[in-house]
Amino acid sequence: MILWQLFSAFFKIGLFTIGGGYAMLALIQQEIVSRGWMTPQEFVDVVGIAEVTPGPIAINSATFVGFRTGGIPGALSASLAVVLPSLICVMIVSRMWEKYKSAHVVQSMFAGIRPVVAGLVAAAAVLIATPTLKYAEGIASQLLTLVIAAAAFYAVGVKKFDPIKVIAGAALVGILIFR
Amino acid sequence: MQKQSTSLWKLFSVFFRIGAFTFGGGLAMLPLIEREVVDVRGWVGKDEILDIVALSQSVPGAIAVNSSIFIGLRLRGVIGAIAAMLGTITPSIFIILIIAHFFTQFQSNPILMRAFSGIKGAVIGLVAAAALRAGKNAVVNRYGLVVAACAFFLSVFGVLPIVWIIILGGLSGIVYFRAKGGVA
Repeated sequence: MILWQLFSAFFKIGLFTIGGGYAMLALIQQEIVSRGWMTPQEFVDVVGIAEVTPGPIAINSATFVGFRTGGIPGALSASLAVVLPSLICVMIVSRMWEKYKSAHVVQSMFAGIRPVVAGLVAAAAVLIATPTLKYAEGIASQLLTLVIAAAAFYAVGVKKFDPIKVIAGAALVGILIFR
Repeated sequence: MQKQSTSLWKLFSVFFRIGAFTFGGGLAMLPLIEREVVDVRGWVGKDEILDIVALSQSVPGAIAVNSSIFIGLRLRGVIGAIAAMLGTITPSIFIILIIAHFFTQFQSNPILMRAFSGIKGAVIGLVAAAALRAGKNAVVNRYGLVVAACAFFLSVFGVLPIVWIIILGGLSGIVYFRAKGGVA
């Protein structure tokens, strides 16, 4: 039963992906390629698509693989399966957090975690910038990417513009200027 | 706490918009979530959003999905969590279904590819803006600066998985604030 196989495979992927983002790609590849649902080359294409489409890469690949193997029911089965562990785990963690968040030890813990989040977000900017600049073709494209990045930083970080409008503007600039 | 006052449709539609404009995965959506959820609607406080991001990174799943579940759960309980979660994932499901259908045309469309080149640049700036904001809210003393710098380098050089960096930060907070005699 393909729908159930998709569901159980993506439930497992959802459950064992901690830290978000690209950490899970190896696991997805292992599950999907070993079952013969996709070739390694097709998987690379899916990652490429996931990078340029909105939404978490886990959902993107679940929908894509589910659709390829089981049509629209397959896409829905895989996509819901990959988020179900999140729903369950967040409900448990959230209940514990609401209960204990006023305890001194939990407050100290989060006073330590908040600066960590700031550092991790700064690191994410570097980790996203590196491959983006590396794969931009030619010095002109790299410079242009940096200029757009700086403009977006100024618009959202300093001038408090709506990020949605900034993304739409960057897409327009890309269409007009990139070669 | 404004329980019940937020409609399920509002939760769904706000997270639908966040899901539709989250490029580059994970933390790129932070400025969007902060604007929609903290600034515009006041559903969550400035400090709390950092706690939610940290918790979202510490449980299985995508950060955008996890934080939407946290916020939905807090505003409207389990049904709110489901509404927010479905809002976040619906745009990706639709878009991928369309792309999976027209796969080859999509890959060779130069206009789309140029648009994405522009978006990729903006995503770098958006994440940097999120870092600036998180830094302003969280790094208030020398201890915070040291912890943030450690987390930055451990993550950039891939020394430890993110979950472990968060756990270490939590432990450092417990040790530091015990020695100091309280958080405030």
